[in-house]
Parts: sequence; C-alpha cells; structure tokens
Amino acid sequence: MQPLLRVENLGISFNIHHTDLAVVRGVSFDIRPGATVALVGESGSGKSVTAQAVMGILPDIARIIGGRILLAGGEGEGGGEDGGATDIAALPPGGKEMRRIRGGRISMIFQEPMVSLSPLHTVGDQVSEALFLHRQVERAEGMRLTAEMLAMVGFPDPQRALKTYPFELSGGLRQRAMIAMALVCRPALLIADEPTTALDVTIQAQILKLIKDLQEQLHMAVLIITHDLGVVANIAEEVVVMYQGEVMESGEIGAIFNRPQHPYLRALLRAVPHFEMKPGERLTPIREVKHQLGALLSGREPWPRTGDSAQPNSEPHLIVRNLGRAFTIRKGGFGKNAAARVVRAVEDVSFTVMQGESFGLVGESGCGKTTLSKLLMRALLPDRGEVVYNDRGTMRNVHQLDGAGLLQLRQKMQFVFQDPFSSLNPRMTVLDIIREPLVIHRRGDGAQQVALVKELMKMVGLDPRFLNRYPHSFSGGQRQRIGIARALALRPDFLICDEPVSALDVSIQAQILNLLKDLQQELGLTYLFISHNLAVVNYIAGRIAVMCGGRLVEVAERTALFRDPRHPYTRALLSAVPFADLERPLDFAAIAGGQASTPADWPAPFTVDADSATALVDVGGGHWVRMAAECPVAEAA
Amino acid sequence: MLAYILRRIAYMVPTLLVISFIVFVIIQLPPGDYLESHIAELQSQGETVDEGKIAFLRKQYGLDKPFYLQYLHWVWGMLHGDFGYSFEHGLPVSEVVGDRMALTVLIAFATTLFTWLLAFPIGVYSATHQYSWGDYGLSLLGFIGLATPNFLLALVMLHLANVYFGTSIGGLMDPQYINAEWSVDKLLSVLEHLWIPVVIIGTAGTAGMIRRLRANLLDELQKQYVVTARAKGLAERKVVRKYPLRMALNFFIADIGSLLPTLISGAEITAVVLSLPTTGPLLLESLQSQDMFLAGSFLMFLAALTVAGVLVSDLLLAVLDPRIRLQGGTGK
Repeated sequence: MQPLLRVENLGISFNIHHTDLAVVRGVSFDIRPGATVALVGESGSGKSVTAQAVMGILPDIARIIGGRILLAGGEGEGGGEDGGATDIAALPPGGKEMRRIRGGRISMIFQEPMVSLSPLHTVGDQVSEALFLHRQVERAEGMRLTAEMLAMVGFPDPQRALKTYPFELSGGLRQRAMIAMALVCRPALLIADEPTTALDVTIQAQILKLIKDLQEQLHMAVLIITHDLGVVANIAEEVVVMYQGEVMESGEIGAIFNRPQHPYLRALLRAVPHFEMKPGERLTPIREVKHQLGALLSGREPWPRTGDSAQPNSEPHLIVRNLGRAFTIRKGGFGKNAAARVVRAVEDVSFTVMQGESFGLVGESGCGKTTLSKLLMRALLPDRGEVVYNDRGTMRNVHQLDGAGLLQLRQKMQFVFQDPFSSLNPRMTVLDIIREPLVIHRRGDGAQQVALVKELMKMVGLDPRFLNRYPHSFSGGQRQRIGIARALALRPDFLICDEPVSALDVSIQAQILNLLKDLQQELGLTYLFISHNLAVVNYIAGRIAVMCGGRLVEVAERTALFRDPRHPYTRALLSAVPFADLERPLDFAAIAGGQASTPADWPAPFTVDADSATALVDVGGGHWVRMAAECPVAEAA
Repeated sequence: MLAYILRRIAYMVPTLLVISFIVFVIIQLPPGDYLESHIAELQSQGETVDEGKIAFLRKQYGLDKPFYLQYLHWVWGMLHGDFGYSFEHGLPVSEVVGDRMALTVLIAFATTLFTWLLAFPIGVYSATHQYSWGDYGLSLLGFIGLATPNFLLALVMLHLANVYFGTSIGGLMDPQYINAEWSVDKLLSVLEHLWIPVVIIGTAGTAGMIRRLRANLLDELQKQYVVTARAKGLAERKVVRKYPLRMALNFFIADIGSLLPTLISGAEITAVVLSLPTTGPLLLESLQSQDMFLAGSFLMFLAALTVAGVLVSDLLLAVLDPRIRLQGGTGK
C-alpha cells in the first residue's frame, strides 16, 4: 500500500551563533493511511523538530538541508506512480500551498494545553477558525460542525463550550479542545507532540482513548511523539526510535518491544521504573553517574534508641494528626458574580512516617499534596491539627515552635523542589547556592564551608571544579543534583522531595532516583517522597499514601497497595497507568469519564459528601482505607 | 459590572481627598504667600503698597486664618466648582485656565494620534522582522528620538520652519490672529503651527512606545498559541494580527491611565520654549509665583485626570481581556 507520508533521508540543521548544527540526520520512515506511528526518544533527540518539518512550522533558526517529505495526494488529485505526492520539504513554509496542507490535511496537537490556546478568544472562535479557512462553509453551518466536533471529543455541553474561554476549562478539557481544533477539518494525518505529558494519569488514559476512537471514526493516520514507552505500547502500531538526531531502530511494535535490537532502545526500556521490579532491583540509567561519600558527611551520629526496640523503622519520625487547611478563593471580579468559595486543600490528614523509611505520597494535580508538604515545612500554618517532629528523641510540635526552636528544626527538615530551573537563583554560583544554608546557620568558617560544599558536590556526582559556574550552564538533571546537595548541606535527618523527577527526562530520572535511593541508605535519611507517578513512588517508597481531594484515601505497604488496592480511586489510578508491556494493555473500555476523582461519586461505603463521615479504617496488616466508619453512631458519641 | 464601576468611583473620593491635602501642604511649604512676594516685588520697584488693599485681599481669601481652615475653605470651594482666585492674573482660576484648555486638548489629541499612528506600524514591523536591517534602522531612529532633549529639538525645528516655510516663531498661530475671531485663515494658521509641537512632543513618546510594543510583541510571538495558529494554516499576517498583537495591546490600554495627565502637563518645557498658549507654562508660572489657588487647582486637575485615566484603562482592559473580566483574584 502506498504510504500517506514518506520521510526520506531528512536532514535539518540549526544555525546557532552562525554555525550550522545538524540536529536531524538521514531520518526516514513511512506512515500508512490510518496507521499509528510513534516517534520515541528523549528530549533533544530531534523528534519534535522532525514533526515541525512535516508541518512546515520549523523555528526561524532551523533549515531543511536535505531529503524529502512526501505527502500523498488527496482525492481527485494527481495519480500515476508517485500518486501526485507533494514534497513538503521543497515548499516555502509560508506559501499558499503549504498553508492549505497545514491544518487541512495534516494537523497537530501540542504538549501544553494550558498555553497552546489563546486566552483572549473563545473556544468556538479558535476551533472554527481552521474550518472556515480550509472549507467553504456558511457561518451557521460552520458553527454547527464545530459544535458537533466538540461533542465528538467529549464536551458535555458543546453549545456552551463554543462561548467559553480556554482558561475556564480544566487541563483535560483544554486538550480536548485542542484535539477538536486539529480534527475539525478531518485531516488525513494527525501529529500529536507529547499530547499527554502535561496531564494527570487518569486524564492521560482518557485522552489516549479519545485519540484512538477518533482515529477509527475519521480514518486518519496518527504520528505520536512521546518519550513515554507506556503510551507507545498502548497506542502505536509502528515505532521509530530516535537518538541524537538519527533513527536507531524502527519497525512493528511487537518486534520493537519483544526483541529490541539496538542497545539504546534496550537501555531506554531498562531505565523506566515499572511495577514488576523485584525487591532490590535497580534501574539502569543510560548514562551512569558515579557519586562518592566523603569523610565530612559519612560519619553521622547514630539515632538514639529508646527502650528495647533495636530494629530500625521502629520509631516515628514525623507524626501528622488531623491536619487541615482551607483557602478562600474569590471568583469573578465584578459585582454580583463575585462569590467567595472555600477550598479545603488539606482535610483531616493523619499519618506517621517512621525513622529511616521512605514514605510515598501519590496524587494527581490539585489533590493538595504540595499544600500538605508546605504545612509540614511550616511554610503555611494549618487551620486544624498538628505535626509532631521527633528530633532524635525529643518530640517537637512543628507549629508551636518559634525563635531558636524553629531555627533548629529548619536544620533537621529540608526540601528538594520540583522544578530544577526555577528553584536555583540564576545569579548565584553553584558554590554560593550550596553554601547558603551553611552561611545562614553559621556552620563553620569559610574554609570548612568550602570543603564541605566540595564534598557535597562529589556526593551528588558532580565535579567540584564546576563550583564557580552558574546554574544555566547545567542540564536539568545536574541542576536537580545541585538542589539535592543544597538540601543535604545541613545534614538533615528528614527530606521532603516534592516531585523531584517530574521535570526530567526518563533517562535522567533513573539517575536521580538511584542517587536519592543510595543517599538514603548511606546517610540514614527519612524521606517523604511526593509524586504523581505511581511507578516512581513504587520504586523509591516503602509505604505509600494515596491522596485525593485533600484527603488520604488509602495508606498501605507498597506491595499490598499494588496487589490489593481497596479504594475505588486507587483502583482507577492504577488501572490508568500505561505499561511499557504489550501483554498488559490499558483497559480503555473501563476508563470512566473522569468520575474517579470526585469524592461524592465514589460508591458506598467510600462516598465522601455532606452527610457521610469517613475515616481511615484499618483493614488489616497496616493497610488503611478511607471509608464510612463501621459504627457511625459510636463515632458520633 | 455597574456595581464594580460604582465601587471604583467610591474609592476615588478618599484618594482625591488625600491628594488634595498633600497638594495643599506642598504649596504651603515655602515660607510666605503670594501677597508677601507680591509686596516685596512692588517695593523693589519703588511703588507704594496699599496696606488696606492687601489686608482686604488677605481677609477675602482667608490667608490670615489657620492652615486647616484655609485647606477646608479651598476644598469646600472646589466641591462647588469655585477653584479660587488667581492673584497674579487678577481673575478667577476657571477663567484663566478656560481659554487655554481648548488649545491644550487640541495639541494633546494631535500628539496622541501622531504617536499611535507612527508607533504602531513601526513597532509591529520591528517585532516581526527582528534583527533585520529595517529593525535596526528603525530602532536607531527610535533611540535618537528618545535621547534628543525636546527643548533642543524645539529650537532646531523653530529655526528650520522659519527659514524654509516662513512660519512665525513661537505660539500656535500668527500674531495677528491672537485674540481675533475664529476664521478659516486663523484655523489654517493654527494648523501651520501645530505640527511643530506635535512632532516635538510626539517623538519621545513614539520612540518609547515603539520599544515597548516591540518588546511586548516579541514576548507574545514566542508563545505556543502562535505556533498553534500557524499550524491551522493561517497566513502569517493574520496570525500576528489576530493573536499576539491582540495580547500585546493590553499594555497599550494600561498606558491610557498615565497618558492623560502627561499630555496636559508633560510638555511644559517644550511649551515654554515654543511659547505655546497652553496650560503647561501657566502651571510653571503659578508654582514660581506661589499663586496658590491656580497651582493647587492645576495639581488637583492632574490628579483627577490620573485617577480617572486609571479607571478608564481598567474598564477597557476588562472589556478587552476576558481573563480580567471572568477570573477573580485568589485570597490567601
């Protein structure tokens, strides 16, 4: 069968500081009509640039230096051997012919639904725009088609959706609007550039299902660009693996997953955390980074044991009791629309982290996990409840400390931030960044501080010679190492890691996870590890708490949680995770329309609403599930 | 919306009251008052001073009363449309200002139009053709406009206009039309003189606006939604006009708030050099001679314009930007 799109020996170069840098070299692949092809690789591999070349929307610094991009002719066009194919690479990107293809026959959806739509124009305006551009339709007919398309991508009330603005929609709905915009002209090829990377896992499953369904209905081909092998396994028929601008391997999905030939692909598959990992099994990063522990940091005072408990993990390190915090949000700035709404970001949260353990906290965006971490650090004050920190035998109530006591607590609890780009001051050298906590808490003199910082650099696997550089000269993974070094400078006992790897590539992710795991062992740290990625939490944590709508819904030992999830939300979450394994496809039929994260829609006895009281109930073996208390009358009394 | 506007107008009352108090204090700060400096001036010229008249004036305008009573008297008068009496001109303030207001507004309007008509296309061109020769050339011109002192430009232009076009030096019309009835000839004479102050006052504003529009538009052109629009197959010109330009307009509108007062007061130096019959030189004069009611009224007028301008730009922003209209702030 003749391919819809044939990329032949494509080469693209970037002109940076008047030097040409080839970022894509000799890339070739075919897309058959109606097929799904996945373009896989880490960031910087040239996969997005290749897609931009197909769309004719390369950035100004990029130039096609060779090869052809052949798009087969549409109905009624051309014929013969080449099928009236158009060479996109030879067309001027701003020209009339390319504009007719772009948005008409090939369209694209992007990674960030939050910024890919104009905030000043209604959804109806933006979606119908492509339609009026490429099809000869009357205004009323066009709006009808647009509403039909919005209904097709799952907008509950398409007529109203026409008049809403993108910022009034959730991330999932925005991505649906993007898809509607791309598909409204019924293109022959849809390019999806990381369409689900910015979305929560349950929303991701819904969007993947939607793309798959629409593909069948509209008979279009899909080129999906992703770094997530789980997504690839669930949606693609053919896979093209790219690394540093070249195709490493391509072929049928079965062959690629079951018999990966190229070492890069094998390494990529090994670098991703998955649920079947044996206890003690380590991830293998694509590029291993060695770290070493120096004399200044390794000799730590042992944790004083109380009583006769000799085994580790026997003493609570952090106790959280009935913590709650609400925010008031004023909605609508004008007159009668203005109404105060109270959002309970954290509600009745209780858990205990044992000394030396790694406690995982999982939840989707907006579930309150970051607010919780801020409450624990006392960056925010709670409305209710208390946090008790065990400072080597002395119990301290975090929210009642002040002055010297608080200053002391700050040295015991430290924080690793999510975004390695914005959490380091760009105007400070690495030396100043890592040293800052030591200066604030007056630890040692200048020479001692510098010696310690050098050791910290080695400890996180960075060369101490880099100390005089500024953060911008480091990659994301290296910056996250700097952040970890800064957090460990005061030799804390307790580390809160808030999504430390979510901004990083898979290959880098494995390096950082291994580093965190090793450091915990070597330094005897206690972790509270917050993430939205279940596989990551599974790799690093011993016990895991699942959070939804500000409440903990399930707390259990790692294996128990994954083997026997009890709460409907945990189940929905687990069933939505795509596996990089062809034998375990996502159950698209079971993916509900997003009710899983609405506490009021959970079936009894899990329902959380105005007239049912729920609490964490022990179902045996330290496995706690939030449900209606067995004896509500006794509870009330 | 209506409630919002009413609330905003209600906020303006205390704001203006506070401003009026500060204005009054500042005017009163230098020692003495207009009458004293007036007496000193008369005596230095060897003229006799009519003590009776001075005492009468002092009593009439409450200059012998304590500070707070003077202030209350002044504010109370303004609320009734009585802005006081200009000692220097011997006329009520409203009459002194009234004549010049129309011409000031005319110049202000023409300058604004000139600025926008020039700055807009150039700013868009510079941003969409970043680092091209056109961008560099226009940026250079802009910087020259920004860096040249207005009064210097004014002198040069006056000279050139006089030598090449025979335009009379200074003023807004040929001398024979001053105090004459309005006629076609007078109008033509005004137009002949008008372009000089418009170009001079406009250049600096134009240059600044080009730079700001260029910077704003460049920011917006990087955004993902521009790529989305391009991916739909929109022509480049349409993409720029519909999306990033619309976003870049916000600053333009936010500028209106500060535009109104600067247009009335900002061009004093130029106006003095060109001896324009506008309000700028009058304000300067009144401050020098401690003509307190005239100066006070001017400053209050500028304050009221600022407050009103900010309100207008806020309302326009709400009309144009749905995010401001529909999204509220988050309370801590």
